[in-house]
Amino acid sequence: MADLKLTDVGKTYGGTVEVLKHIDLDIEAGELIVFVGPSGCGKSTLLRMIAGLEKITAGTLDIAGQRVNDVPPAQRGIAMVFQSYALYPHMTVRDNMSFALQIAKKSKAEITEAVERAARMLQLTPYLDRLPKALSGGQRQRVAIGRAIVRDPKVFLFDEPLSNLDAALRVATRIEIAQLKEQMPDRTMIYVTHDQVEAMTLATRIVVLANKGIAQVGSPLELYERPKSEFVAQFIGSPAMNLLPGEITGTGMRTTVRLAGGGTAVSDVSTSDADMGMQVNVGVRPEDCTIARQAAVYSGKVALTEALGEVTLLHFDPDEHAQEPVIAKLPGIHKGLRGETVKLSVDPAKVHLFAQGTSLLYR
Amino acid sequence: MSPILQGVLTIIIGVGGCLAYFYGSNLVLDRVVFPARNDDQGRNIRRATMVRPWLFLLPAILALGLYLVYPVVGSFIRSLYDRSGSNFVGLGNYLEMFQESGFRVAVFNNFLWILFVPAASTFFGLLVAQLTDRLSWGAIAKSLIFMPMAISFVGASLIWKFVYAGDPAIGIINAIGAYFGAAPVDPLQIPFWNNFFIMIIMVWMQTGFAMVILSAALRGIPEETIEAAIIDGANPFQLFFKIKVPQIAGTIAVVWTTITFLTLKVFDIVYTMTGGNFDTDILPSYMMDYMFRDDGRATAVAFVIMVIVTPVMIYNIRQARKDV
Repeated sequence: MADLKLTDVGKTYGGTVEVLKHIDLDIEAGELIVFVGPSGCGKSTLLRMIAGLEKITAGTLDIAGQRVNDVPPAQRGIAMVFQSYALYPHMTVRDNMSFALQIAKKSKAEITEAVERAARMLQLTPYLDRLPKALSGGQRQRVAIGRAIVRDPKVFLFDEPLSNLDAALRVATRIEIAQLKEQMPDRTMIYVTHDQVEAMTLATRIVVLANKGIAQVGSPLELYERPKSEFVAQFIGSPAMNLLPGEITGTGMRTTVRLAGGGTAVSDVSTSDADMGMQVNVGVRPEDCTIARQAAVYSGKVALTEALGEVTLLHFDPDEHAQEPVIAKLPGIHKGLRGETVKLSVDPAKVHLFAQGTSLLYR
Repeated sequence: MSPILQGVLTIIIGVGGCLAYFYGSNLVLDRVVFPARNDDQGRNIRRATMVRPWLFLLPAILALGLYLVYPVVGSFIRSLYDRSGSNFVGLGNYLEMFQESGFRVAVFNNFLWILFVPAASTFFGLLVAQLTDRLSWGAIAKSLIFMPMAISFVGASLIWKFVYAGDPAIGIINAIGAYFGAAPVDPLQIPFWNNFFIMIIMVWMQTGFAMVILSAALRGIPEETIEAAIIDGANPFQLFFKIKVPQIAGTIAVVWTTITFLTLKVFDIVYTMTGGNFDTDILPSYMMDYMFRDDGRATAVAFVIMVIVTPVMIYNIRQARKDV
């Protein structure tokens, strides 16, 4: 229904402190875009700029083809759901949900209909005459979502809506948001979170923010399978991707890397003759590692194991060559590996190569 | 004995006495009265736990009884006797008082005070608190407005006597009037309205109090609710009256009632400004008219004041508790 276009958007506080710069992003109508990034990367600020709660200090923001930099929040056709719910504590659920329509001087019948439809969608009908303080956290967040739905906005903005909920409720509410999106396929949604699972499960596309800008934009699996940089590679996926330094010793359709730690890695990433001898980091996801008898990518002593039942995490002894101790995630239960020397191998299709922090796939 | 030694001794006896009382009384309770021994152990511990709070409360109850309850009862009894204090007159003082026009004027004026002063102080306090909230020089403005709080009622009255002075060379009101060619007036002698000119002094002093409390309350409103209302399309007025004020309604009630019973106790302002002349008497100043001349009548007035203040105070305490 409405597409968003951010062109060279930037944010500076007090003329000196730069938080965001050169943000270019096209969001298509009906997409669910998730902003992720480390804390302090400006993802909430960007959302608040789209909402109109923060001034855009550089660039332009268009919603449905109209420049809205100086349009007040209420007229941008957006609705926002806050982390702390931000319900009006002195109003009943019904009044909370109808406040915006009352301000807009809509007719009584229209307000009642909109509120009751939203309440039905969110199973809030029995609670309409309660005050927010008489509701549980999950119900409060549903009221906040209901308040957004009632306004019938073109764009929904979610600012870490699940962070204040406990783990079980978070999963339930996440599924509700996904269902909500399916019921309103034409509405655009922008969702800020620091939770990878939320990002991976909800997003049409994920925007990874880092260093005041966009690190990568893409579908969840694209970010997982083809990360553009070491930063994105390590940010998406848990535990983070292992990075092992090495030197290219064989080029062509397949690339061979001799690792500083002694192993040899083969990757499906293609290279040219000019790349011979290049210093690279080999990226290997913990879950892509398998135990090998010989010809290993990595071999080391297991310092610690974490048995989770479905998987077993192996934490290796710190390695002078790798920045972080290597971690492997093996399916199933593996007993008695602690203190043993274990060799790991990886499918060449799942070996990533980075030079100076950037993936060799994107040259 | 040197005064320093005397002071130190007093502190030692006072603090030591307190410690000795609390320690000793608990010891007696646990060891002698309800010892936690033998078969009755559980029951005795439970009993001791029930008695203990009263042990701790006892000194405070005694002190409050001596200095608060006794005077109330004593005053009531005194109000049933005539001016000499030796002849019992029953409710005579009250009946006589209710028939007197001076008392009725004082009651009427007092109601004007209760209506106007808390309303005006709270309103201006809220206005200032809201307007100075995000201002760079808001802190300076606030401390200037708060300053009259530090002046005594008599001092404030003296300042305003100058403001209202009839001589254009002294009084600013008449100076402004004279500039426009008006004849000098004495605001304190204009019937009915002179009450308001006196009340302004109290409003001037209490606005600072209201402002400080309400300012803190406004700051306590969650920022997100305000942002949510902005997104919902509320304009600044709707934001203030529909989102902010309802959220601090409890605090407004506390400020309002606190100023109400401050107002019910004020006598110094009226006494200093007019001495109760020109129909400006209020109950406390009316009481002072009789104090030392007819203590029977004065205590009767005091009792009427107490009866009026009590419900306001109960409401105030309840509201303040609810707020926490």
